[in-house]
Amino acid sequence: MNHMISPAPVRKSVHVRAAPERAFETFSAGIEHWWPRSHSIGSSPIVRAVIEPEAGGRWYEQGEDGSECDWGKVLVWEPPTLLVLAWQIDGEWKYRPDLVTEVEVRFTPEDGGTRVDLEHRNLDRLGAAGEATRAAFDSPGGWSGMLETMATLAAA
Amino acid sequence: MTNNDRIFAALADDTRRSIFERVAERPHTVGELAAGLPVSRPAVSQHLAILKSVGLVTDEPDGARRIYRIDPKGLGPLRAWLDRFWDEALIAFQTEVEREDK
Repeated sequence: MNHMISPAPVRKSVHVRAAPERAFETFSAGIEHWWPRSHSIGSSPIVRAVIEPEAGGRWYEQGEDGSECDWGKVLVWEPPTLLVLAWQIDGEWKYRPDLVTEVEVRFTPEDGGTRVDLEHRNLDRLGAAGEATRAAFDSPGGWSGMLETMATLAAA
Repeated sequence: MTNNDRIFAALADDTRRSIFERVAERPHTVGELAAGLPVSRPAVSQHLAILKSVGLVTDEPDGARRIYRIDPKGLGPLRAWLDRFWDEALIAFQTEVEREDK
């Protein structure tokens, strides 16, 4: 029996008080200025996240020890309107060159600023529910830390 | 508390997470789950009720028994985690884009 969940895409939208060009640049080339430090997959603490500003550009993080961990790459580079990234991290927190889920980010002028719409899709490719769950809760520094936080909040 | 929060809270319990992982591997009855775990059948039923209430598992009758399986329409812990991940990332992005000293 196929027990795989086919999750719906994650869709998010945020309005920013800045022009699309600035929003696009900050999101991509400027990612090191805002990517949360908690969002890290490397074993060495993250120094910065990097998106190379071109089609096919790498998306990766640099660690304190100089190591680099790939997250994926740039699939579509169309400033200031459209950025599509490949998220290539599986449910076990490992980069897999054969795995591609897409993160589409659209920048649309709105109310004197920019609406940024993000869609992370093809989530079914991230692995069967059982495998992803086991990996998620077993891998050190993976999702278990966030889960602990949630459990603490839930118990408060 | 959003349903994502409830999913995380539901899976924070070690026993409940074990139950979810077993059901994720293949459908189970309450009896099968209890046989493989150091908890009673009523306790297993209680855990399954929680997992069902947050949309992680679903059940269907099979004669006198009920079979529990992953809810194919459910969001799952993976999506719940990603949902929160992108919420946090976009808040950080929004803050940075709007900083005045740029």
